[in-house]
Amino acid sequence: MSAATTIGSVSGAELGLLVSVFLACAVEAVEALTIVLAVGSTRSWASALYGVAAATVSLAVIVAAAGPGLTSLPIGVLRVVVGGLLLIFGLQWLRKAILRAAGVKAKHDEAQIFQRERTAAAAGGGAGPGFDGYSFAISFKGVLLEGLEVAFIVLTFGSGQHRVGAAALAAGAAVLLVAGAGVLVRAPLARAPENAMKFAVGVMLSTYGMFWSVEGAGAHWPGGDAALLAILPLTLLASLALARLLGRAAHPAAAAVTLPAPAAESLSARAGR
Amino acid sequence: MRAARSLLAGVWEFVVGDDWATAAGVVALLGATALLADAGVGAWWLMPPGVLALLGISVLRAARASRRG
Repeated sequence: MSAATTIGSVSGAELGLLVSVFLACAVEAVEALTIVLAVGSTRSWASALYGVAAATVSLAVIVAAAGPGLTSLPIGVLRVVVGGLLLIFGLQWLRKAILRAAGVKAKHDEAQIFQRERTAAAAGGGAGPGFDGYSFAISFKGVLLEGLEVAFIVLTFGSGQHRVGAAALAAGAAVLLVAGAGVLVRAPLARAPENAMKFAVGVMLSTYGMFWSVEGAGAHWPGGDAALLAILPLTLLASLALARLLGRAAHPAAAAVTLPAPAAESLSARAGR
Repeated sequence: MRAARSLLAGVWEFVVGDDWATAAGVVALLGATALLADAGVGAWWLMPPGVLALLGISVLRAARASRRG
């Protein structure tokens, strides 16, 4: 694939890949952070952090083990498989984000989830002075389950572009950023514009999924990589229009004065509401 | 045997989720694109409207299911 636009040694397509992985990982890390904070602050920080470390190592092993196998596939097969999977996955993300943006499905409320996890952790009995199995298990499970989606995106996205290492670095940077914010705030990141980020990830995964699967199936996009610059806004605009139409149908009075939901959510988050 | 079955169920749930029709639609679109490309017809135009139609159907079905409770 020829790069349509390059910034330094990174093509536009690769930059899109890195941004998508970063955003996807940041969203999942925000959700995992809520669980770890709740268990750590209620029971045992040390055991909760052991759980985080064990899950992180497990995810790294999964990526390291599956990455070379995927990238060794012939490029045509790889693009059909990776493109098809990204498309199915991206449409799932996009559907949920559209339903949440339209107010049809409840948004993730990290503060509420934090309280629920704290209550469950407290109900699990008192933590002893040493290793706390409950804190370890809940943190491990939370980080592993949230991280599996990211590992899947790192593997599919990275192998499609033969940049698994760069995709893993983008994921690592997102984890560090969210963990750093969590340490500073010492509370769940309830004001992160989660749905807007999920919306963006869904659009990116669907865009790259369409691009690669069509190329893998033996067809060619007019303009090569530059076709991404048409597919991405088309997918975004159609998704925003769907969210708006659905929002109007669900809340006729409110929709008349509101911005597109992802933009409104982002503005509300910035305004601290 | 039971472990393999639950592993497969987990993979299915993880990749396909609760909307198998969209996954089947994607596979059908890919098959049609490959057939057209194999026949020497430029097939790139099939995927974008097909995918957006799948998304619209999927969202509307989920919204209707949500209204029914």
